[in-house]
Amino acid sequence: MNLSQTLLGVTFENPTVLASGIMGITASSWRLIAERGAGAITTKSLWLHEHKGHRNPTIISTEHWTLNAVGVPDAGPEKAREEIGDFLRNKPVPLIANIIAESVENFALTAEELLPLHPDFLEVNISCPNVEDEFGKPFACSAPDAAAVTKAVKKVSKGTPVFIKLSPNVDSIAKIAEACAKAGADGFTVINTVGPGMAIDLRSRMPILANKVGGLSGPGIKPIAVKCIADVYSATDGKLPIIGTGGVYTGEDAIELMLAGASLVGIGTAVADRGLDVFKHVCDEIQMWCTNEGVDNVTDLIGGMHKELQKRS
Amino acid sequence: MTPIPLQSRLPRTYRIKAIKQETEMVRTFTFDGSLGAKPGQFIMVWMPGVDEVPMSVAEDDGAQTRITFFAVGDMTNEFAKLQVGDLAGLRGPFGTHYEWEPGQHIVLVAGGYGAAPMYFVAKETVGHGCTLEVIVGARGKEHLLFVKELEALPHVSLHIATNDGSAGYKGFNTDILEKLLSSCPRDSHSAKKKECHPVDQVFGCGPEMMLKKISEITAKYDVPSQLSMERYMKCGYGLCGNCVIDPLGIRMCVEGPVVKNEVLLKLAEFGKYHRDDLGKKNSFDAPPKK
Repeated sequence: MNLSQTLLGVTFENPTVLASGIMGITASSWRLIAERGAGAITTKSLWLHEHKGHRNPTIISTEHWTLNAVGVPDAGPEKAREEIGDFLRNKPVPLIANIIAESVENFALTAEELLPLHPDFLEVNISCPNVEDEFGKPFACSAPDAAAVTKAVKKVSKGTPVFIKLSPNVDSIAKIAEACAKAGADGFTVINTVGPGMAIDLRSRMPILANKVGGLSGPGIKPIAVKCIADVYSATDGKLPIIGTGGVYTGEDAIELMLAGASLVGIGTAVADRGLDVFKHVCDEIQMWCTNEGVDNVTDLIGGMHKELQKRS
Repeated sequence: MTPIPLQSRLPRTYRIKAIKQETEMVRTFTFDGSLGAKPGQFIMVWMPGVDEVPMSVAEDDGAQTRITFFAVGDMTNEFAKLQVGDLAGLRGPFGTHYEWEPGQHIVLVAGGYGAAPMYFVAKETVGHGCTLEVIVGARGKEHLLFVKELEALPHVSLHIATNDGSAGYKGFNTDILEKLLSSCPRDSHSAKKKECHPVDQVFGCGPEMMLKKISEITAKYDVPSQLSMERYMKCGYGLCGNCVIDPLGIRMCVEGPVVKNEVLLKLAEFGKYHRDDLGKKNSFDAPPKK
C-alpha cells in the first residue's frame, strides 16, 4: 500500500503534515517531528518584523477541546532565515513556510523575504482569529481581501506553490476559495481554528485566556473541517490541492478528510494527546485501513466522497 | 488511543490558605488542593488578569500544594501582593520528575530558590529509605532557603555554601559536590570495602551555570545525575514548542524539566543560551538582546 504522492512537483512520503503553530519555532523541533514520522512540516507563522504574542494563559485544554490565543509571536526574518536555513540544508521532509502579515503589501514582502530560502510551499495565514484586536477582521473573512492577498503573494512567488489558509468562521468558505482560486492560488489549507471561543473561571469570574478569546481546536472540530474541505473541493472542481486540517487524531480521521477532498492532512492538537508519535500512528492506521479495504494508493482516497456522490447521481 | 495523562490543562482557581515569608524576596503560598505533583514537576500558576508562569512545586502532600517563588518579574511582583484567601489558578502537574530507587545515597544540590523543589525531593526520598547529602547554596546567608526544614529531616547531612562566606563554606555549592564525589569514588578500594558510602546519583536544581557545572562534575566521576531545566513555557503540555532545546528539539515541559545527564550532554544549548517568548536565542553570559 503506497502512502506517498507528488503534489505540484513536491514528493511527500506520507500524507501527514505538522500543522502550523505546533512545535514550529525551531529547526531542531521540525527535525524531531520529521524523525517521528511526519510527511512534511509547517513553520509557525512568520512575520516581516518581530511580533509580540499575548501574555499567558495562551493555550488551555480539556478532554473535549483546546483553545489558543498565542497571538502569533515571532522574532522576524533573521531568525526565520537561521532556522529554515538550518532545516533545509539537510532536509528530511518538505517544509511549508507559513506567513502572516497585517497588510496586503506586507504579505508580499514577507513572502519575498522567505522565498530565497526555497521552502517547498508557501502557506498564507489570512485566517488567524487571535490578532483581531490588533488588526481587525481576518482577510479570510472577505472574498475581495482574501483575493487581494493571494494576488499580491502570487505576484512575487515565482515558482513556489502558494497555499491559502482559510477560516471556517465565514458565511461561505466556497466563495472565498473561488475568489482566491481566481487570484491564482495553487492550493488551500482548510481550516484554521474555529470560533473564536471563550472559557471563564468560575471563582474569579475572569476569562481564562489573557486575550479573552481564542481559536478552538481538537477532535470536536473535525466535522466542521470535513464540511469546509468538501465545500472548497467542490468550489474548485477538485483541481486545487487541499491540506485538510482540523481535529485529526487517528488514521480514520485522516481518511475522512481525504475523502472530503484533502490531499495532505495536518495534525496539530493531537500531539498533546497522542504524543510526537501521532504522525507514525496515523500513517500506520491509514495503511492498515487501506490494506483491509483494498486501497492500493493513498491518492485513491482524495475526493472519494464527491466521486461516490457523482456516481450515484 | 493513549489516555490523556493525569494532568489538568485548564487552570482551576484555589484560595491561598497560608503565606510564609521565607526571605526578603521569597514567599511560599499554600493552596488547599492537590494536583498530584511529584518532586521536580512544575505547575502553571495563573494570576487572573495578570499573567501565568511556570513554578516548580515545593510540596504536594496529596491534600495541599505549596509553591515557593522569588518576586523577580512583572507577574511574581504582583503575585507577591496576594493575601490569604485570594485566588490563584493552578494547572498541571507537567513534565518529568526526579527518579530514584529506595535506599539510594543521593546528593541534592540546590542553588537559590532551587532549594524549594529540592526540599520536596528530600522529604519524599528519605521516606523511601534514601540517605542524603544536601548542599544548599546562595549568594549570602539571608538568601538561604529551607535550611531549618532540611535539618529537621532524618538521614540528611546538610552542607551550606555562600558566595560571600556569611554562612557555611565560602564558595560554590558545586565545590562541595566535587569534594563529596572525589572522597569516595564508586570503584575505589574503600567504596568496595564499604569503608565509605559512594554516591548513587546527584539531583540538581538552580541556575543553569550551576547545573552545567554539576553535569561536568558528575560526568567526570561517572555518577548519574538528574537536573532541572528552566525554559520559557506557554502551554506546558507539548504543543507550542517554545521550550524545545537544541539540537534534539525535545520539549522541557514533556521530556523535561528534569533531564538525565546522558541527555543533557547531547544538548549543545545547555549552559549556552535559552529562547525567549519569541523563540529568540539569549545567551547566558550576555544581557538579553533587545
